[in-house]
Amino acid sequence: MSADHDLPVDPDVDVHDPVAGWDVLAVVAAGGALGSLARWGLGELAGSAPTGFPWATLTENVSGSLALGVLMVLVVEVRPASRYLRPFAGVGLLGGWTTFSTYALDTRTLLASDRVATAVLYVGGTLVLGLLGCLAGLRVTRRVVR
Amino acid sequence: MTVLLVLLGGAVGAPSRYLLDRWVQSRHASTFPWGTFTVNVAGSLVLGLVAGGVAGSDGPAWLLSVLGTGFCGALTTFSTFSFETIRLVEEAATRVAVAGLVLSVAAGLAGCAAGWSLGSALVG
Repeated sequence: MSADHDLPVDPDVDVHDPVAGWDVLAVVAAGGALGSLARWGLGELAGSAPTGFPWATLTENVSGSLALGVLMVLVVEVRPASRYLRPFAGVGLLGGWTTFSTYALDTRTLLASDRVATAVLYVGGTLVLGLLGCLAGLRVTRRVVR
Repeated sequence: MTVLLVLLGGAVGAPSRYLLDRWVQSRHASTFPWGTFTVNVAGSLVLGLVAGGVAGSDGPAWLLSVLGTGFCGALTTFSTFSFETIRLVEEAATRVAVAGLVLSVAAGLAGCAAGWSLGSALVG
């Protein structure tokens, strides 16, 4: 396998694995609960900006994408035998911390109030920063652990 | 109270994503990430429905905390969406990556908007 082919495409699910046990589902639930609570907490702290720009959701989605890039390299290269690291931190915590539904709802809200330019900036900005963050997380961590 | 509702919704939403993603992924052989696409579009639709319903009827905010912030927030994911897109590009499946990106954003937005309209119509 070449250097770039070390990781799965789907970070959450490998259909070749046997169905996860109840312990793994419980760990996913715990991570999801904590990640969701933290996401809600940041939203409460940030409040609604006077500009109406959804900074909290953008921050959550970009930081979570970066962290998943870092985590997946660590899981595969450093801790391949860990049963709970990926379900807890990847599927649960980061899956709960980031959100696609609020990203869509934020955009709908901006469009519904005729703030088309802001909506386009938000949709595109989250995509670009999220993808770059994930790529940076992957590449830097690969360098560090090898 | 809100803390418990968000915890509860998140604790149900994350394993639901895991199981639904797995169920979808085991039913197709393409490289397109249909599992993540499905959870993200479904969650966007349900969040639109709940938020539209609550906004349209001045409905209870606790419903939005448990179903919206908790359940739909954890059912959907942006981190996996980013990761899969980058990994597809790295694996030289750029067209699949771009298609996944465009379709997810378009369908997620359309689903959320349709859900909102339906939600506010149902309670109105």
